[in-house]
Amino acid sequence: MELVKNVVCPFCGTLCDDIICKVENDEIVGTINACRIGHSKFVHAEGAMRWKKPQIRDENGELVETTYDDAIEKAAQVLAASKRPLMYGWSCTECEAQAVGVDLAEQTKAIVDNTASVCHGPSVLALQDVGYPICTFGEVKNRADVVVYWGCNPMHAHPRHLSRHVFARGFFRERGRSDRTLIVVDPRESDSSKLADIHLQVGYNQDYELLDAMRAAMMGHEILYDEVAGIPREEIMEAVEALKNAQFGILFFGMGITHSRGKHRNIDTAIMMVQDLNNFAKFTLIPMRGHYNVTGFNQVATWESGYPYCIDFATGIPRYNPGETGANDVLQNKETDAMMVIASDPGAHFPQKSLRRMAEIPVIAIEPHRTPTTELADIILPPAIVGMETDGTAYRMEGVPIRMRKVVDSDLLSDREILQRLLKRVMEIKTASK
Amino acid sequence: MEHIIKNGFVYDPLNEVDGEKMDICIKDGKIVDSVSADANVIDATGKIVMPGGVDPHAHVAGAKVNVGRMYRPEDSKKDVEAAATGGRAGSGFSVPSTFMTGQRYAQMGYTTVMEAAMPPLLARHTHEEFHDTPIIDHAAFPLFGNNWFVMEYLKEGDVDGCAAYASWLLKATKGYTIKIVNPGGTEAWAWGGNVHGIHDPSPYFDIEAAEIIKGLAQVNEMLGLPHPIHLHCNDLGHPGNYETTLASFDVPKGIKVNAKTGSRDAVLYATHVQFHSYGGTSWRDVVSEAPTIANYVNKNDHIVMDIGQVTLDETTTMTADGPMEFDLHSLNGLKWANCDVELETGSGVVPFIYAARAPVPALQWAVGMELFLLTEDAKKVCLTTDSPNAGPFTRYPRVISWLMSNRARTDLMEGELHKWAQRKSSIATIDREYSFLEIAQVTRATPAKVLGLSDTKGHLGAGADADVAIYNFNPEIQNPSADYRALEAAFQHASLVLKDGIPVVKEGVVVNPTLRGRTYWVDTMLDETVYNEVVADVEKQFKQFYSVNFANYPVQDSYLPHSTPVKGVIQ
Repeated sequence: MELVKNVVCPFCGTLCDDIICKVENDEIVGTINACRIGHSKFVHAEGAMRWKKPQIRDENGELVETTYDDAIEKAAQVLAASKRPLMYGWSCTECEAQAVGVDLAEQTKAIVDNTASVCHGPSVLALQDVGYPICTFGEVKNRADVVVYWGCNPMHAHPRHLSRHVFARGFFRERGRSDRTLIVVDPRESDSSKLADIHLQVGYNQDYELLDAMRAAMMGHEILYDEVAGIPREEIMEAVEALKNAQFGILFFGMGITHSRGKHRNIDTAIMMVQDLNNFAKFTLIPMRGHYNVTGFNQVATWESGYPYCIDFATGIPRYNPGETGANDVLQNKETDAMMVIASDPGAHFPQKSLRRMAEIPVIAIEPHRTPTTELADIILPPAIVGMETDGTAYRMEGVPIRMRKVVDSDLLSDREILQRLLKRVMEIKTASK
Repeated sequence: MEHIIKNGFVYDPLNEVDGEKMDICIKDGKIVDSVSADANVIDATGKIVMPGGVDPHAHVAGAKVNVGRMYRPEDSKKDVEAAATGGRAGSGFSVPSTFMTGQRYAQMGYTTVMEAAMPPLLARHTHEEFHDTPIIDHAAFPLFGNNWFVMEYLKEGDVDGCAAYASWLLKATKGYTIKIVNPGGTEAWAWGGNVHGIHDPSPYFDIEAAEIIKGLAQVNEMLGLPHPIHLHCNDLGHPGNYETTLASFDVPKGIKVNAKTGSRDAVLYATHVQFHSYGGTSWRDVVSEAPTIANYVNKNDHIVMDIGQVTLDETTTMTADGPMEFDLHSLNGLKWANCDVELETGSGVVPFIYAARAPVPALQWAVGMELFLLTEDAKKVCLTTDSPNAGPFTRYPRVISWLMSNRARTDLMEGELHKWAQRKSSIATIDREYSFLEIAQVTRATPAKVLGLSDTKGHLGAGADADVAIYNFNPEIQNPSADYRALEAAFQHASLVLKDGIPVVKEGVVVNPTLRGRTYWVDTMLDETVYNEVVADVEKQFKQFYSVNFANYPVQDSYLPHSTPVKGVIQ
């Protein structure tokens, strides 16, 4: 058995890079340091079904095994013929592949969007409204004495997040957890809230009210009600005092606040609260990004086009108007006439109305596993998995870029190679038809 | 492939060519003395010929640049561009997307651009953006001035250790120089503070800016780096900061130049000095102290500076000076982005509107102009706008028109510019106008030389890279002072630009947008024993305090497809 060290985990946005993989006969058979989710991704413990060959759906609706050449040819024909293609996903692949993807979108005058539009999209809108004061993880570990998790449950969704940044000992926090005040804001009792010093059990959909009350209190106003958002005034004041007295505070926030009532307005206020806090303390924030490289797509798309997601190349120039140019917008408005899904599973996560449109139009899936999306797909192109079978760059949730490692070999093409071949073929078809 | 550029008015300060009509010969991407009769003839009759422009300080690639793009869709929307043939579309006025960045520099005749601030932990990001930036040669400046290892070594007086660490970090990040930003101040900002002046110690590390500047200047020369320390002084943008600036300038004075590559004379490169030349005590009684600063530069030979000229646009400020950006946000109320980077540095981004009708921007414009015009020797000045901080790099042609035309300045001052420009500075009394030779000096020769790249860049002598810009302006019949608008237009869209002998711009249009430039970085190693000890120590600290593993930190070679190492001291 061989031990491969310093492996980067291709699961969540924490992007742990200290994984040791146990490799036998070119297969990952075990891991050290990984969390349970990361471990099962590495060893395929879930019994997930991998596509070993490209597939094309025949006229009876059955998937038929085929070659890459054939599947790529058919996919290229679909994209070249489409008047308004949608290219969606991108968050579970590496940046070089994403860059080829943005190029492909531009050449086919497509709409290109990533999973941010159904997770931290509201955070992106908010940071475009009011700003984005962040820090890297090491700052949290070394300095933070007040840590807030708002609308997220890291113990389940980002299992090593707490151990790496809250429990860990840092330069100015030699005792680790006991040097820090942990505040969790969540309507639920969760495995994260159980660890908290202060658990603000905010009412459902009342995050905005609570944030507003906290900001008012911070600025020296009195809270006029006995309780706000289901939380007694005294408890709010206790939390506000803890925040104001921080030497270095950090707000981690997740789906519970980006997708509860108010959406990006919640994040607007949360960001402004962090900015207000800097008049008393040092305070920063980090969005709890889900997919391991959802951040990377936003980075790549931004440096290539100027916009992070929901980019419409229909007119040959990048245009950005979330609400009109998002994946769900063009599906539900029946604007798009062909869809390419890569490195994500909208089949499992999109609303019914979007799925109905997906069922009507040709869908190309670049996807290693059998998923609800591949059930809807007409062409399936299975790639090697980034971080295990091929390498590439990924951006951690706060923007630290890390090189994903290749641990074992694969016969399959990488996402990057598939996209490069698609791009080449689409360009040939387009040039020939001119 | 051979070219001969015939009959142009050539301005090449490093070879003392001042507007002579002469032929420039090119073979295989290099300037040569002569070419065969088969060479492709480029007729430059009635046009200006200069070496490709060299920008020694701009923010064009990396984490904070991308935050500037991402969080300002309003800026992207303002300026969009469809793809050039074979190229890519893009957007962004003050912070253009990568493809647009490379193309717009090329359109202005610029072929080499330095990214002025790279957080070491995020170096990979900068290199990824370089990969998507066409045409221009480039390098990035890793940040050293608030680095824990640097501060610890210097506090202990271990300059050798600091030098070994610096050579490791340059290699690990594929960086080009020792960049220092608000030394000690950004570390203080990690606790919400700042330092003021060069003798205000940083919290915990208890080291003064003066010690950091001096130590790193010594390290710089021990390692024989091509470029001197690149200093963004403390107290940026504060009224009364000129005293800090002068004190900082004095710190490395007396250290001997020891550059292993190139032929620089300076041991200090001071950047965006415009932002550091203010007198007074508040924004009410602020005045220009540019004459004092220019006077210092005139009298001292250890320094080269760039200006950071305000261009009177709406732009996006971005810097590793974290506390400054928070101050700016508190002042203008516009959206604030920030990123503190563990053990190394910080950064901030805030939009800013330099309205000509507003008092402070008008004064800042005047301060920059005074610095340009009162510094006697153009060999000590580089033209920059600290892009996009004082204005986007696409305004260089306008800055050139202000420098070459007193009338352009007067028209502006008598027009919409706020009266503070005249009341609080001496700009209205200065009638100096730059010559084309001086323009070539501040946009080509000085930056190339001070970067240590003057063997191949910034001139048109034999052996230089064949980076050539030809501008449609005839100095024999056109007067830049009177016809300053034509001058600006000519420099905005060059008539022809060659990069390594390959045409990249024709009549202002990019023709070769898939070309990629070199990535320069510095390879140096002073003493292997000390180096190995230091790296072992760094690895130990990494485990405890960084959030990435030591093995995953260095930028892999695959990120530099056009890697061009420049040698420092190697032993």
